Amino acid sequence: MSNRDQFVAPKRYNTIAIALMAIGILSLVTLYITHGSKDNPHDQARFWGSLLQNSVYFLLIVNAAMFFICALTLAWGGWQMAFRRVTEAISACVPVLGVICGAILLSIAFGSNHEIYHWTDAEHVKHDPTLLHKAGFLNKGFFAIVTVLTIVLWSVLGWKMRSLSRSLDNNPIPTVEGRKKYMFNNTVWAAIYIVVFALTVMSSIPWLWLMSIDAHWYSTMYSWYTFASTFVAGIALITLFVVFLKNNGYLQYTNKEHLHDLGKFMFAFSIFWTYLWFSQFMLIWYANIPEETVYFKTRAQGEYSGVYWLMFIINFVAPILILMSRDSKRNYTTITFMSLLIVFGHWLDFFQMVFPSPLTDAETGKTYVPMILYDFGIGLGFVGLIMFVTGKALAKAPLLARNHPLVKESLIHHT
Amino acid sequence: MSVKKFVVGNFDDEAVLFPAVKKVRRAGYKIHDVFTPFPIHGLDKAMGLKDTSLHVAGFIYGIAGTTTALSFITWALTIDWQVNFGGKPYFSLPAWIPITFELTVLFASVGMVLTFCWLCQLAPFIKKDHFNPRSTDDLFVMAVECTDKTNEQEALAFLNSVGAKDVSVQYRETGWWLGRYDQETVRYGKKVEAV
Repeated sequence: MSNRDQFVAPKRYNTIAIALMAIGILSLVTLYITHGSKDNPHDQARFWGSLLQNSVYFLLIVNAAMFFICALTLAWGGWQMAFRRVTEAISACVPVLGVICGAILLSIAFGSNHEIYHWTDAEHVKHDPTLLHKAGFLNKGFFAIVTVLTIVLWSVLGWKMRSLSRSLDNNPIPTVEGRKKYMFNNTVWAAIYIVVFALTVMSSIPWLWLMSIDAHWYSTMYSWYTFASTFVAGIALITLFVVFLKNNGYLQYTNKEHLHDLGKFMFAFSIFWTYLWFSQFMLIWYANIPEETVYFKTRAQGEYSGVYWLMFIINFVAPILILMSRDSKRNYTTITFMSLLIVFGHWLDFFQMVFPSPLTDAETGKTYVPMILYDFGIGLGFVGLIMFVTGKALAKAPLLARNHPLVKESLIHHT
Repeated sequence: MSVKKFVVGNFDDEAVLFPAVKKVRRAGYKIHDVFTPFPIHGLDKAMGLKDTSLHVAGFIYGIAGTTTALSFITWALTIDWQVNFGGKPYFSLPAWIPITFELTVLFASVGMVLTFCWLCQLAPFIKKDHFNPRSTDDLFVMAVECTDKTNEQEALAFLNSVGAKDVSVQYRETGWWLGRYDQETVRYGKKVEAV
């Protein structure tokens, strides 16, 4: 193997990552001065909302990388092996972003500001039959325990999957029985991760972290919707790193066939996201019950309609039209453009999921769209952090898990 | 539709077949078709077949389904027979999306199945000539078409040299005719002779 098997971060890469992080910190400080430090709870909510949106979004998309590995492991999708180290490196961001996100969530839940999570205001809950009824689920203790447990489990199980993969690097398994045993072990750990994932991202976590912002409203489809959103953005992130490494001369065994399959995933899950987006909307639209329609009033028709429909165009219309043909899925330029667009589009999705409720004036019912550039700046900071951590993780191990039993299947992969 | 002369080679190994296909093409012979018991990834590339147009047809059928559903429901519910459903406007697009989606899928799938059968000439009572019945069981059969310039002895020797287990010269009908596989029908003139 040549030295192209070992990633060395180019100087410009680290410079860009650090510059992006600097932009993030600058935006954060500016936003703190203009909003976070004010006495008005709505201004404070604008500051915390921005942190909540960005940290949850980027944590969930880096975590989707580990879900991608485990889901493909369970389905014996051997084609991922050619670029699996890239996916693993992205998932190595989970502990770092998890600590940041956990700290933000806990400070919002235990802080003095109740504009984001209304249910943390004990005085208010006493006079609110709906929230009182939900108090068994929406209370600070449960929130804190589930949040910490979730982030720890994601980190530990992700670490286990990565170390299983790296354990083969210098000691290949000589016998077929040994390889079978390894695959079984790998499958069991992947299955455990999937179960934890199903109980967190696919069900309880989006309810706790995001849906409880609109504490009176509920949708059982919300978690699947959030999962679809973050999974498609996660695949776009994996694709971006694969294309980046490919452009720098690494990953000589990853070719258009693998890119094509990643493109298919992006296309399919964009449609899946739209399916959930529409199903959630249509049931509420059809029933027309005021306590449910209030969620879409500000979003589909009110102040947020611009963001809402722009996000719909980016996340559905663009992928279905552009990614439908085989040639565009096999074209590096198109796929890079679409990946960037999808990561941005689902970031906008999270923007409109988080902000309308905390910025609503309780008396007049009016809300407003905050200056999105601050949020974008903080988002860039997280992008820089992901680039930095992923770059470090990539440099730690060879880029091809060459002793994995399924690696040949990936090298001769053909769609 | 006509009877043509072919040089046929039978292969029993996929790994031999691939390089053989490449060598036969490079030598300038015209491969009529390769018959295999199961689909082989990449064989179409090796044979130099062009991409199918089936997916373009599928897209057109899908669009046709979308248009049919939307235009019919719009006409029926806003012009022809207006019904008030729970105070919703007559033109209520969200309620029509599921039907639109279903008709899109229906048109695309049924249309693509029929187009596939048409492209492959598959239908009841459509009968075609076989080079070797074992191509549905355990043999990979390559048929090389003999043109005016083909020297069949050379072609036979060449197929042997690239790894064919046995070779033969055959006259075969390239088109289809109506008939049944359990009854012998020779529709077109010349006798089929194996060498």
